[in-house]
Amino acid sequence: MAAITLIEAVNMAIAHEMEQDKEVVVFGEDVGINGGVFRATDGLQQKFGEKRVIDTPLAEAMIAGIAIGMAAQGMKPVAEIQFMGFIFPAADHIISHCARMRNRTRGRLTLPMVIRAPFGGGIHAPENHSESTEAIFAHIPGLKVVIPSNPSRAYGLMLAAIRDPDPVIFLEPKRIYRIEKHEIEDNGEEYPLGMCFVDREGTDITLVSWGAMLHETKQAAEKLAAEGISAEVIDVATVSPLDIDTILESVEKTGRVCIVQEAPKAGALGSEIAAEIAEKRVTSLLAPIGRISGYDTVIPYYRLEKQFMPKVEHIIDEAKRIVEYR
Amino acid sequence: MTTVARFDIKYLQYMDEKGTFISNDVPPAFARDLDTLKKLYRDMNLIRIFDQKAYALQRTGKMGTYPAATGQEAIGVGFGSAMTEEDVLVPYYRGQASMIQHGVLMEEVLLYWGGYEKGCDYKHAKEDFPIAVPIATQSLHATGVAKAMQMRGEKRCVFTEIGEGGTSQGDFYEALNVAGIWNLGVVFIINNNQWAISVPSEIQTNCETYAQKAIAAGIDCIQVDGNDIVAVKAASEHAAEKARNGGGPTLIECISLRLCDHTTADDATRYRPEGELDEGWKKEPIIRLKKYLESKSAWSAENEQSMLESIAKEVQVAVDNYLSTPVDPPEAMFDYLYAELPERTVAQRELAIARGAI
Repeated sequence: MAAITLIEAVNMAIAHEMEQDKEVVVFGEDVGINGGVFRATDGLQQKFGEKRVIDTPLAEAMIAGIAIGMAAQGMKPVAEIQFMGFIFPAADHIISHCARMRNRTRGRLTLPMVIRAPFGGGIHAPENHSESTEAIFAHIPGLKVVIPSNPSRAYGLMLAAIRDPDPVIFLEPKRIYRIEKHEIEDNGEEYPLGMCFVDREGTDITLVSWGAMLHETKQAAEKLAAEGISAEVIDVATVSPLDIDTILESVEKTGRVCIVQEAPKAGALGSEIAAEIAEKRVTSLLAPIGRISGYDTVIPYYRLEKQFMPKVEHIIDEAKRIVEYR
Repeated sequence: MTTVARFDIKYLQYMDEKGTFISNDVPPAFARDLDTLKKLYRDMNLIRIFDQKAYALQRTGKMGTYPAATGQEAIGVGFGSAMTEEDVLVPYYRGQASMIQHGVLMEEVLLYWGGYEKGCDYKHAKEDFPIAVPIATQSLHATGVAKAMQMRGEKRCVFTEIGEGGTSQGDFYEALNVAGIWNLGVVFIINNNQWAISVPSEIQTNCETYAQKAIAAGIDCIQVDGNDIVAVKAASEHAAEKARNGGGPTLIECISLRLCDHTTADDATRYRPEGELDEGWKKEPIIRLKKYLESKSAWSAENEQSMLESIAKEVQVAVDNYLSTPVDPPEAMFDYLYAELPERTVAQRELAIARGAI
């Protein structure tokens, strides 16, 4: 069993499902012989042929529209949008059709489809390649939005996403595509969607994060432990529908919480989590809820990118402030 | 400089406004079958009367906004009648003629515009899409459906309709483009009724025809008289047969005129030039087919009377079914959102039930 990266795990999960289920098809820009610009679909066309791994014309609305048509016929498209910054031409299809087809046909037509997109900053990419806009899609009823934080989860959650009877937006934090390797057996075991993972148990404060920022968050928890502060770390994983219960249980235990996200602060997923905690567990709180996030600015070109991204020490400082709050 | 490509656009019309076959082209076989023509005549009348009834329902507060297709009956009925049950329809919002032709119930159309989601839970046309309100998105869904059929080696095809205004959308061009590259079995119908709400063609395109938009996608196209149901049906049957047999897509531009307002919420007197309607009514599709049938002694005043009575009855049954359909309970908002309602939303569902119907 070889140790593999997050992107290799995405590839392995897709290949596994293509092997198991002939209705699974992959398409997008450069996903064929090139294997995707990040290599997420590397080798799939060689293995499964040009009929099932299809290079499309360069048109994102078309990619999403085709996926809807195919899924309505019972196929299981796994469509790639090359970067999340280019998803907006497809947003009309995702929001106006994909999310509501089951509802508006009262279950007659359903869309078992996945739209994958690399997202987030930190790789010195050009403009429109680095945004974290997960909240836009998490806001839409009828969609599921999933963000893996490590190779094992990428494998298990991708399997679940492809098998899910409803549309899933699968956002891959490209900054951590190759940051670590996990030994993963290709056994087809999925991780459930709609559930948080408690990555580290703790008693003094709850740190809630997802995607790439989970790495900074875990490092912060490690350093806090060295200073005698016991932090619980939760990986949200499915940002919609949100498993708020796991977060609330943790907050009940620790009484203190800090939410860590890469996205701008306003109107984001962290805002929703904070609001839920305030609504449902305000009496458990021993300190105001903290949020670490990107700034409410346009994400800068890569010269200033490091200035934008939340850092381990920001999380540590905020966690200490919250823990010391009396 | 040398010319590297050139194109021309064919125009098809068999029957003129007097109900006379004028074309040098040999009419299709169905045009010699009076029973087929009588059926098409009845189906067009049904849509005209259905639209009038739907308008009346809206005007009396019994239904929401509705887009009639008065004057364009030959288009939807014509291409709808070229479809087999196995073909899939991906309609546009003014698509009731083709939808009903392909098996969607009249009461389902009324339910949809009357604010019931279950109006899209078609009893018969199980694979047909509900109408796409955002304009032109349906063109892409049609290509996706056709791609699935192609991958499975099925001898079926997809019809999708769009207004001429809708062809300005990027999605329409993207759909033509991919349908051409992948040789998909889609028949794209442009319902050119000459108005996109208040915007006429000269503001919509600098092309002589909408049909020629297919040229840039490398797919076949034709322009037809959309008031001549023989031309619409013939072109559609030809395109469908080609599509089902791996011959790829076709774009058919059907030229007609919207003889009604855009919807019940519109007032076309604000923008329609004087005299256009009078001229339009002379060319509309139903009367010319009637004249032809009469010229063949195949239609009488008694036939007309009994047809109108039977249509009125049929439409009334649909209206009664619509009006007696109960409103969904509040929890229906939640019950078709996902295969399984997320835990987090269960409390909201219970709240909606507790708040009760209003």
